[in-house]
Amino acid sequence: MKQLSVFVENKIGRLSAVLDILKVNDVDISALSLADTSEYGILRLVVDKPDEAMAALKEAGIMVKCTQVIAAAMDDAPGGLAYLLSLLTNANIGIEYMYAFIGKAEGKAWTVLRVDDVETATEVFKKNGVAMHDDHDNYRR
Amino acid sequence: MWQEKIETMPREELEALQSERLIWQVKRMYERVPLFKQRMDEKGLKPEDIKSVQDLHKLPFSYKQDLRDYYPYGLFAEPMENIERVHASSGTTGKKIVVGYTKKDLSDWADCVARMMHAIGLSNRDFIQVSYGYGLFTGGLGAHGGAERIGATVIPTSSGNTANQLQTMVDFGSTALCCTPSYALYLGEAAEEAGVIDKLQLKAGIFGAEPWSEDMRQEIERKLHIKAYDIYGLSEIMGPGVSYECEYQAGMHVCEDMFIPEIIDPDTLEVLPAGEKGELVFTTITKEGFPLIRYRTRDICSLNYEKCKCGRTHVRMNKPQGRTDDMLIIRGVNVFPSQIEEVLLKVSGDITPNYQIVVDRVNNTDTFDINVEMSEALFADDIKTIEKTERLIKERLRDVLGISAGVHLVNPKSITRSEGKAKRVIDKRKI
Ligand SMILES: [Zn+2]
Repeated sequence: MKQLSVFVENKIGRLSAVLDILKVNDVDISALSLADTSEYGILRLVVDKPDEAMAALKEAGIMVKCTQVIAAAMDDAPGGLAYLLSLLTNANIGIEYMYAFIGKAEGKAWTVLRVDDVETATEVFKKNGVAMHDDHDNYRR
Repeated sequence: MWQEKIETMPREELEALQSERLIWQVKRMYERVPLFKQRMDEKGLKPEDIKSVQDLHKLPFSYKQDLRDYYPYGLFAEPMENIERVHASSGTTGKKIVVGYTKKDLSDWADCVARMMHAIGLSNRDFIQVSYGYGLFTGGLGAHGGAERIGATVIPTSSGNTANQLQTMVDFGSTALCCTPSYALYLGEAAEEAGVIDKLQLKAGIFGAEPWSEDMRQEIERKLHIKAYDIYGLSEIMGPGVSYECEYQAGMHVCEDMFIPEIIDPDTLEVLPAGEKGELVFTTITKEGFPLIRYRTRDICSLNYEKCKCGRTHVRMNKPQGRTDDMLIIRGVNVFPSQIEEVLLKVSGDITPNYQIVVDRVNNTDTFDINVEMSEALFADDIKTIEKTERLIKERLRDVLGISAGVHLVNPKSITRSEGKAKRVIDKRKI
């Protein structure tokens, strides 16, 4: 699944400028996380229209990159995330970063994972019956 | 005076001496330095065409670029067995420029500095603390040579470690200080803070290697209770001591028996009449190891041929008032935007990201920051990778420039542009 990573300088108004562009282009954000240092941050977004969003941000002179991530479903219950991670650990797959969000589906939560081997991770999840989103899914269902 | 006969020589006599030495130098370089011969030949000039200093303007110029092209020893006029020492400074790009000195060159250099030290009242009874950096940079060893020459007690602290500098100054009874003017101010403040101003025995300071203003002089004099004197030099010509202030602090006397200065219009390359402002050009007429004819310093200043109250006849130059190139002097170190550009290009791999150099002076120390616009090549979707890139830029800059800079990644297209071109340098220092 596509994730957008946006470079945001730590200055007043920079973050809202990004969000304004998305709003104007009618882009809906399903999940986001912000990693930051004292001078800048990286805003990571999962959106409904990644290609359009990327084009609009680029047009506005904002630095944006598209990264392949996995959005995997987990039980919204104790141990749900631990189970997902154990699958990756057993397959010797490293996680660079991750963040979770609650989806609309009853009893499920989602975690966005950036791993060093997307292909193997996808296979491992499939084999173990873990649901995953791709770009064509509608999160709101 | 240290060398009274030379220092007070009537102008006519001085010019005769310069002529004799110029003729000797041109002939010798024509035989020994292929680049010089080639440039003379291109102009259809023979050494015999140079009959006196009046013919100086006919000679071809030389440039900093030459030192890079013939790096390291290609312009030396003596075999290496006669070269006693080399010094180096950073050039316009990664490559250093190297200069060499024979035994006599080093002795002449010591005399230049000794003339100044003597002029400002220093003698073998003084304790001269040299807080310029020792090493390839000419500052430390240059001042050291002059202090030794007048028989003073030299205290070679080199640069850095302010607490230690002050302790030494107090304990060893330093009476004179050699360093950059901004460091002198910094030391003054540190001494105030430490409450040791009254324990200092300093009476004079010899400050150079970076531009400084009259205001700064007054501030240093007030803070350290000394007289502050300006010294000028560049390693290509010799090092500190090419010109210096005498006790009257009224312009810097050029050691004209060794270096002939000219002021040219940097556009037309014509020699300008005495007193006019233009680019300073030097010809070294006594130097053996690494002589230069009509070297374009890129410094802008003017010359004053009036006789000085001190009795010296040697021409005085005023403080350089700018550059004809884009060189910056930051913490006494020469920095060219092209050096920064090269580092950014290497790290970024494809195209140079837009950047802006911001220089300021805070608490009398130069601050040096580089804003770099985030680009495809520098961006990554994790902080670790970006931080690694930042570190790499900082390290490479340090290696190339010899001083460290703050590196800040900023939004694309956020650096001010005028007529589509990014403004490369913002120098907020009021010098
Ligand atoms: Zn004088």
